[in-house]
Amino acid sequence: MTSIPARTGKQLGLVIDLDTCVGCHACAVNCKEWNTSGHTAPLTDFSPYGAGQDGVWLNRIHAYEAGLGADSRTVNFPRSCLHCAEPACVTVCPTGASYKRAEDGIVLVNAEICIGCKLCSWACPYGAREFDPDQGVMRKCTLCIDRIYNENIAEAERVPACVKACPTQARHFGDFADPNSNVSQLVAQRGGVDLMPELGYRPTNKYLPPRPRRTTVPAARPAEPTPTGTANALLRWVDRALSR
Amino acid sequence: MTTPRTTGIANPVEHLDPSPAVSDAVKPTTCYMCACRCGIRVHLKDGRIRYIEGNPDHPVNKGVICAKGSAGIMQHYSPARLSKPLLRTGERGSGDFKEIEWEEALSLAATWLGRIRETDPKRLAFFTGRDQSQSFTGWWAKQFGTPNFAAHGGFCSVNMAAAGLYSIGGSFWEFGEPDWHNAKYFLMFGVAEDHDSNPIKAGLAALKARGAKYVAVNPVQTGYAAIADEVVAIRPGTDGLFVLALVHELLRTDRIDLEFLVRYTNAAWLVIDAPGTAEHGLFARDAAGAPLAWDRARNEAVDAATAGMQPAVVGEYLLADGRTARPVFHLLAERYLDGAYAPEAVADRCGIPAATIHRIAREMAEVAFEQAIELPQPWTDTQGRRHETMRGRPVAMHAMRGISAHSNGFQTCRAIHLLQMLLGAIDTPGSWRYKSPFPRPIPPGAAPVGKGAKPNTALPGMALGFPRGPEDLLLEDDGTPVRIDKAFTWEAPMALHGMMHTVIANAHAGDPYRIDTLFMYMANMAWNSAMNPADTARMLTDKDPATGDYVIPHVIYADAYASEMVAHADLVFPDTTYLERWDCVSLLDRPIGSPEGPADSIRQPILPPDRDVRAFQSVLVDLGARLKLPGFVTETGAPLYRDYADYIVNHQRSPGVGPLAGFRGADGSKSGVGEPNPEQLQRYVANGAFWSHHHPPEALYYKHANAAYLAEAKALGLIGSTAQIVLQLYSEPVQRFRLAAEGHGPIQPPPADRPRILAAFDPLPIWYPPLDHAHGPDSAYPLRAVTQRPAAMYHSWHSQNAWLRQIYGANRLYMNRATAAALGIAEDDWVWVISRHGRVKGQARLMEGLNPDTVWTWNAIGKRAGAWGLAADAPESTRGFLLNQVITEFLPEDAGGTRHANADPVTGQAAWYDLRVRVEKAAGPAETMPQPSALRPPPHMRPGPDILRYGQAAE
Repeated sequence: MTSIPARTGKQLGLVIDLDTCVGCHACAVNCKEWNTSGHTAPLTDFSPYGAGQDGVWLNRIHAYEAGLGADSRTVNFPRSCLHCAEPACVTVCPTGASYKRAEDGIVLVNAEICIGCKLCSWACPYGAREFDPDQGVMRKCTLCIDRIYNENIAEAERVPACVKACPTQARHFGDFADPNSNVSQLVAQRGGVDLMPELGYRPTNKYLPPRPRRTTVPAARPAEPTPTGTANALLRWVDRALSR
Repeated sequence: MTTPRTTGIANPVEHLDPSPAVSDAVKPTTCYMCACRCGIRVHLKDGRIRYIEGNPDHPVNKGVICAKGSAGIMQHYSPARLSKPLLRTGERGSGDFKEIEWEEALSLAATWLGRIRETDPKRLAFFTGRDQSQSFTGWWAKQFGTPNFAAHGGFCSVNMAAAGLYSIGGSFWEFGEPDWHNAKYFLMFGVAEDHDSNPIKAGLAALKARGAKYVAVNPVQTGYAAIADEVVAIRPGTDGLFVLALVHELLRTDRIDLEFLVRYTNAAWLVIDAPGTAEHGLFARDAAGAPLAWDRARNEAVDAATAGMQPAVVGEYLLADGRTARPVFHLLAERYLDGAYAPEAVADRCGIPAATIHRIAREMAEVAFEQAIELPQPWTDTQGRRHETMRGRPVAMHAMRGISAHSNGFQTCRAIHLLQMLLGAIDTPGSWRYKSPFPRPIPPGAAPVGKGAKPNTALPGMALGFPRGPEDLLLEDDGTPVRIDKAFTWEAPMALHGMMHTVIANAHAGDPYRIDTLFMYMANMAWNSAMNPADTARMLTDKDPATGDYVIPHVIYADAYASEMVAHADLVFPDTTYLERWDCVSLLDRPIGSPEGPADSIRQPILPPDRDVRAFQSVLVDLGARLKLPGFVTETGAPLYRDYADYIVNHQRSPGVGPLAGFRGADGSKSGVGEPNPEQLQRYVANGAFWSHHHPPEALYYKHANAAYLAEAKALGLIGSTAQIVLQLYSEPVQRFRLAAEGHGPIQPPPADRPRILAAFDPLPIWYPPLDHAHGPDSAYPLRAVTQRPAAMYHSWHSQNAWLRQIYGANRLYMNRATAAALGIAEDDWVWVISRHGRVKGQARLMEGLNPDTVWTWNAIGKRAGAWGLAADAPESTRGFLLNQVITEFLPEDAGGTRHANADPVTGQAAWYDLRVRVEKAAGPAETMPQPSALRPPPHMRPGPDILRYGQAAE
């Protein structure tokens, strides 16, 4: 059993905006592309050109429908590690490979001592971990640990690959320990929520819910002209003063 | 839940480098994973691609990148890449090839093509597909002397282009965009996620962040429609009715911008009212040809462009020659105020409650007129009037495939432009905006060229152009079509982009004539780009019983990958990947300009090819020199250009104007017009692989009538004149075709074609049911079937992509849950999709957010077994299917025995979405049908690996 820090300095994570996510998979593929050659290399692909094609992804996009008939709506839902404050995936790890960093709260897997027992993936209720049977290790989102502090990358681009790629700005990266940070502010303004809070994992990542549909009638204005018949309607414009 | 904190083992320290070197080199270039053309930065490490990211400085994508662009690594290293020129050895379609050297391939092609050129150049049909070098490939065809050139626009978006260019001098498509940062109400019709995809995604986010209302008019709630504030789940093919009902409501309630209409459109132009004569419905003009309007102050007809005149917009006026005329606005108001266009009259056909149409009309009017924008930006119009502010009607619209791919798409798109104009919402703050180099004059260019093609002679102009009336049709003196695809004939008079979808069928039928060589590039015509793949494969492989030769004697094809079309060619030129070549995205072609100004870009070789392949454009340069085409050789007959890169830098289309507008002039200091700069490509590379120019603030709106904009556009070579571009509510070219069908003028359609022309050619927008719907009762085919483009897959290109095919590896038939239940169909059932032309089997998936009369599937996921380097049991071929299997190129023969194309009768746009089907539960094996035989992969193509460990450190 691996311990977790009592508290972390920073609390880094993501805000994911379900109101603007169009389900385009840009974040997932860019994540795959960055990380397959990065700290967690490789993200193996099985049967890449045959039947049963599958691979290791640190981020996957699902689409759900909510509601019935004309009231239904499609919600695109990106799913990755939530970097919980109470990560059971860490506490169940028998070797200490799964750990939560004290300095920033990021949950990582030390591949060198991961024995591939998969206890952590059983412990994660969010399905955020993916096992690579070829490499024999567990993979998961690192918040691009090799990007966010990387002095070889321009400062403005030191964000996770998914955040940098997202064309609809549905992903935001920041420090939840700071109430004034971009992510804390977004959560406050838009009513960001925890996924399955009742389980008590206290996820760091937050999701912004879709805004309600808007099918309202505009403010009342004076009664509209209702001329009778086409000829009368045209008469309205006969003496209209217009200038070319 | 409680978590033990103190009893665990300590974390062993992981060796983690927070600052690893990302790459050895970073090179900027332009993406080619779809038509969006984003700027990318490619990171290289140890000679391999480490990472592809969006270029933050690039005007198209501003740093973001999509799933396709992010998967460029897998496209570049795909096992389906061709590696050497191929010559067919077995029967066509068998896949039996031998590898040959380039010299043999090029000299063989030059022999075939040379023989054609010196006898009858039009026996070459040169059609390129999703080609981003059409200004070059089109010019090559012109220099060869064949009128038979086009790219894939005829089956993609020509309805959007033609309707826009003939109405507002610009178009939706990817050549205009909503004013994302000022719009307050946005109506988007049938837009799929493959054109302008990153700008639209970024724009939607900006729009929503400001709280603007976004209404998606789309039968399917996926992608962009999923995040709309309101979804209007319209029945496919009825958008025009919906839009004209909105027009009716705006006119009925007098919620229109008449000031905008008289200043910037032809609302006040007088239309001759002389039924039965050759001038009926044309504009009344003065002796100099200028259109007239009625000046209420002087009580006479004057040049409609006269500054300060007081135009009448309704009434009947007596012209000096004794004829009567009425203003355009009078005609349109009279038409659309008719009860036939009332919301109550169209609601059932559209599948939209009348109350919703009333409400949307009110909402748009409220935003346009009560929430107008006044930008504190002075500007001067083409009349010389200074305006202290820029007034905007912040209602924006955008439309694409859902409008375009119907046989009524031209008129439907015209209807949307009419709606925009009535609201005063063209290129004003908050409305839809032109992207540079638009607007252009209406119509924007010369007529199509091709009559009288002669041996060994270049055509005097570009094959594709802009007809103004019947005199510009490409008909021989005896009325036979000049072009193999019958573009610019009575079949499709305004087929601006050609009709690639009819080429093979017409060539096979010898109608209007036989050809010798079909030469294609990047067009998977033997599969997903054919309206019907089985018919097309048969036509490509049919032999003439008299001679034993193929009916289409030669097929040359260029592609980077082992597509289905490769197997149907005789000679194959292997192309490079997009990361192995010099290339340009030219203002002469499909520009990437923004509303802020023009832009163009290049591709540079990121890596040298590791196969014996050549960039197709360089191959054309080589062939041009071998054939001694004018413009490709010096006076002594030596090659003029080394390769395509050399052409890009040194070719001048007109003095000082070349493929790239940036860094021109000997020292690279000139923009737009200037002599060639030998360092031009290096300057582009240093600038991030693009060039862009920003217009000054006073030139950013009202470009059609903005003196500062038009002057600068002319100086940059974007436009030939600084005259106002008057927006055309009423289209005189359309009326000219109509008059011919009424029996006027020297060039008239055959009698049998006249009803068809009269039904579609109306100078004011109309709606008519999709043409295919006349064939067979709705009761037999009660459902409309359409395709959608997934955001993570572009046509057939990406099925070989190891990452993207994990997202979309097989497609389902999506059905409305209630509709399926009524048919006894449950989730995962296999079903037959049956049209009047055939049947295809697929697996059902049920959803709520779908018009109940509509079924849909993802486009181009299904593959023929054996193609694209995929294993024979890949789900793309066992479970993936194409709706193309139940579409056809032609409508049934009419009473006179003529087969008309399954297309828009105005533009020839392929009517993919007119498809009607019924769906039945299927028995039998859980796999798709029909199941054509597996293609044999090209020689020496190795199967892909069973496990891919891309990025694993070398051991």
